[in-house]
Amino acid sequence: MGRFADTFLNWAVMAQYAPRILEGTWVTIRLALAVAIAGIACGLFLSVLRAFRFRAINVFIVFAVDVLRALPPLVIIIAFYFALPALGVRMSAWVSTWLALSLVLMAFSEEIFWAGILAVPRGQWEAARSTGLSFLQTLRDVVLPQAVRLTIPPLTNRTIAITKNTALGAVVAVGEILYQAQSAYSFSYNPSPLLLGAAAYLILFIPVVCFGRWIETRFAWKR
Amino acid sequence: MILDVAALHKAFGRLEVLKGIDLRVKPGELVFVIGPSGAGKSTLLRCCNRLEEPTSGSIKVEGVDILTPGVDINAIRRRIGMVFQSFNLYPHLDALGNVTLALQRVLKKSRSEAKDIGAAALQRVGLGEKEKAYPNELSGGQQQRVAIARALALEPAILMFDEPTSALDPELVGSVLNVMRELRESGMTMVVVSHEMRFARSAADRVLFMDQGRILEEGAPQKIFNSPEHQRVREFLVSIER
Repeated sequence: MGRFADTFLNWAVMAQYAPRILEGTWVTIRLALAVAIAGIACGLFLSVLRAFRFRAINVFIVFAVDVLRALPPLVIIIAFYFALPALGVRMSAWVSTWLALSLVLMAFSEEIFWAGILAVPRGQWEAARSTGLSFLQTLRDVVLPQAVRLTIPPLTNRTIAITKNTALGAVVAVGEILYQAQSAYSFSYNPSPLLLGAAAYLILFIPVVCFGRWIETRFAWKR
Repeated sequence: MILDVAALHKAFGRLEVLKGIDLRVKPGELVFVIGPSGAGKSTLLRCCNRLEEPTSGSIKVEGVDILTPGVDINAIRRRIGMVFQSFNLYPHLDALGNVTLALQRVLKKSRSEAKDIGAAALQRVGLGEKEKAYPNELSGGQQQRVAIARALALEPAILMFDEPTSALDPELVGSVLNVMRELRESGMTMVVVSHEMRFARSAADRVLFMDQGRILEEGAPQKIFNSPEHQRVREFLVSIER
């Protein structure tokens, strides 16, 4: 037991590297928020664009979304950080990770919003249009409020899953939690910082999960 | 004429649903449309505000040809109230919100003005005290009356009813029919697709019998119900009385 505690719960090592983990936590928070906002906003925009049913545009949206959903996020991050400079496009590790994860979240949330828009019964469109509302007014005032409510559970799940992927930024040396914990581990030859990192993820994401559950009940309405 | 339909055809692919409909509705008239399912009754109503695009023919609402390319269809639609079989209330808005949405968005009324008009419309259908109720908190009959108020609030020139009581429990039908009867007495022009024959007998000015995309017979309710000319109409009336 003593040896276990010494290896995994070494308070001295933890205390030494806690500031680094804390620093990483801030990076993770900023990155995750930026990804969630950009990804969901762009996904909503694409799904609305898709609702206009312009053929050429929709073929492009579906193709782009399918590619982004099929690729592992890590591959996209690496491509942005290591491959794009060869084409003359340079971005920092932070921006590559943010952009890659935002695109992935955009793709998934577009699909989720689109499913929500399709799930609103045709009668809702007809009722609204029959009172003289335009296509856009119907979409904004009648269809989207209902579609968004339907999409909250899958959307929160997906957002949590993708924002957790900020850990992938460690591969391109974004100083977020996992990167800090790993480097602390290699400096100290002691895995305790990894445990500290895991704790940081829990402290960060359990409230997010609870918040997600709260909005689900808050916005659910009986049919 | 409030509504003037001439030689209206509608096909879905190769399926011809309307095969030349002529229908003229005078102000204050209540025209009742009956017929077997698949006769094209709903399609006729839905063509009149272009929820369905007619294949050919002409439709004039208050003298305006609604099929002219470039016509402002949204402006015309608010002159034609539509009440659906399945109510189609907006579940995320309360009764007043359902009624006031188009007042604010289409007629550009201020919020307080829209509220006054909406409250009056709900009062008119006997739901003055249900302003804050959401659709899921209302009975079917109440929901349908909110839907009528939603159409009514826009002061339409004509109201179309597409089987307004077909989705209701029998005991709730009466409340909706009462509202329709009051509207009729106040001079509202109405076209009603429905199987409520007793209501048709007492309230309709004219009854149309549709079958296979055509108007087979039309006339005063007494004539259609008591002494129809066509065997097909007689068969239909007998079959629904069972």
